[in-house]
Amino acid sequence: MTGWRSLLLRRETGIAVMIVLFCLAVGAVKPQFLTLNSLRIILLLTPLILIGAMGQMLVIVARHVDLSIGSILGLTAMVAGMMFRYAPEVPWPLAFPLAIGLGAVLGLVNGALVTLFRLPAIIVTLGTLSLYRGMTFIISDAKQIDRQYVPSALKAMSQTSPVFGIPWIIFIAFGVALLTWWFAMHTRIGRQVFALGSNPVAAPLRGINVTRVTLTVFAISGALSGLAGIMYASRWGFVNPSNTGNGFEFQVIAAVVIGGVSINGGVGTVPGVVLGVLLLGCVSAALPLLGIPGTTQSAIYGAVILIALVIDRMVRMQGRTRGTQRAGA
Amino acid sequence: MLRKSTLIGLTAGLAMLAGAAMAEPLKIVYIGKNTGNPYFDSITGGFEDACKSLGCEFEFVAPATAEATSQIPFIEAQIQRGVNVIGIAPNSPDALNEVLASAREKGILVLTVNGDITGSEQYRDATILPVNFDIVGRDQVELVGSLIGYEGEIAILSATTEAPDQNKWIVGMNETLKSDPKYAKMKLVATVYGDDQPEKSTTEMEALLANFPNLKGVIAPTTVGIAAAAQVVQSRGLAETVKVTGLGLPSEMRDFIKDGTVTAFQLWSPYNEGWLAVHFAKGVLDGSIKNEVGGTFEVPNLGTITINPNNSINTQAELTTFDAKNIDEFNF
Repeated sequence: MTGWRSLLLRRETGIAVMIVLFCLAVGAVKPQFLTLNSLRIILLLTPLILIGAMGQMLVIVARHVDLSIGSILGLTAMVAGMMFRYAPEVPWPLAFPLAIGLGAVLGLVNGALVTLFRLPAIIVTLGTLSLYRGMTFIISDAKQIDRQYVPSALKAMSQTSPVFGIPWIIFIAFGVALLTWWFAMHTRIGRQVFALGSNPVAAPLRGINVTRVTLTVFAISGALSGLAGIMYASRWGFVNPSNTGNGFEFQVIAAVVIGGVSINGGVGTVPGVVLGVLLLGCVSAALPLLGIPGTTQSAIYGAVILIALVIDRMVRMQGRTRGTQRAGA
Repeated sequence: MLRKSTLIGLTAGLAMLAGAAMAEPLKIVYIGKNTGNPYFDSITGGFEDACKSLGCEFEFVAPATAEATSQIPFIEAQIQRGVNVIGIAPNSPDALNEVLASAREKGILVLTVNGDITGSEQYRDATILPVNFDIVGRDQVELVGSLIGYEGEIAILSATTEAPDQNKWIVGMNETLKSDPKYAKMKLVATVYGDDQPEKSTTEMEALLANFPNLKGVIAPTTVGIAAAAQVVQSRGLAETVKVTGLGLPSEMRDFIKDGTVTAFQLWSPYNEGWLAVHFAKGVLDGSIKNEVGGTFEVPNLGTITINPNNSINTQAELTTFDAKNIDEFNF
């Protein structure tokens, strides 16, 4: 009974139920939503957000936030794009270590400002959000990297598939999720992220190197944003200084919070965040199918996020009260 | 505050007087819709080349986002800088009225280039458009019709719901489909908006394919939309069944033309808009061109240009159609 109850109260169950109910409701109106093709569309909407959400989850668990990820995505994608354009003789797969490495450095800058000067992460990353976006404009001279310069093999990663017709970038994204799960559950520093987030005062007393943990989560967030930058070039075939990565942080933070990561730190699971990303993917794919005009879509998208959060909070509050009552009786 | 603005006005006035007296080179600025928009690189190229050949100073500026009011501070800054000509691709048909009026009070020639302030024409001196926008809808319908054999379901994938140029063309498409018996067997089943974002344009295109399994053609009269639609058709292997066309940039569409995803699409030469704007502005300011409806003037490489009603000037009479045969001749 307790096992059943704890499963019901798990955040993952709540989101999974919401996903199923949402898909059934849309499917009742538009049967074509419940097809394999829809699944393909939804999955193709998720890889970038999923990769970004893994880094953001760790940052938020450590009681910080990273608003600069969209700008890191844009800057790393632009650097990779410029390598494709101006140094076509360089083997294109080197764009991966280049973008990921640069992303890690940009993330470390965030982490260093947060730890060295004890500045709140929300302010630091708001600053670097502008700074990194501005640098993207400067290095690119505000010019787009067009489709013809992005290597075909990179673009093919979003189209061709190793198995089951599922493109490579989806495997990469879920691979990142798996690695993050392993990092969070089975490494010493991964556990320290959670310990720091649940009690920052006690963390140093328990021998946790707060600076090292903080730098690590920001570096991971930056590195994964860099990977997302390459994935963007693969998925869309171009890099634009103003559009690429713009608003990425909102989608990612929404997915992370829906996925059950507490904004107060210390709490969060990889499966929960994966489901949060999938729920947002379902909503994005369903709205145009239902013929809802673009002007209404963003309002509905926002409402769905809030409704998901409220339902979840109500279910858990009720569960907690009942639990207490039983304990009292 | 009042004193400060008087002072600024006085300084600007003095600067302009000084400029005129010393016969400094003409200062021309072009204010784009937003930065990082590859379309404007081509227009700017025309401005730059014409300024080089006529000896004037050119600058391109643009706000980060294409919002209605985001251009206002840029116009104000240029007025203070004392430019002689402001060319602008307006982000709003009426939000700029006041600031454009104050620019013209200072003697600045105001040209809308690549888009007009429809309904507020009294706030600019002339507009330079690539083609007469009345024909765009008609020509796009003819192009998609020729690709699908003038029969079957078609849909439109546009930019934002409020985009003035696209909305004008969509009205033209609807009228053409209704009035011309040639298109009687073509049925417009949906008009959707991808907001000029690749993600949103892609999900809208996927939804069109799911909702209308008999869809034969899609018109996307916007550069982001046509590329996104082409990518969807390419990855689904539907190039034979669903014909994607619309308005696109050759540089963004070259790959899709080469691999057969897209047979043909249209646009004009953005470069010529900048080229014409500079020649026109210089002529008007030195008195060699009279900015009057019905008047004509010569522009190198473009020939004789006529000033149409509403002081509207076009760089070309018809849209350019790009296909596998000619796509490599264009470098924008």
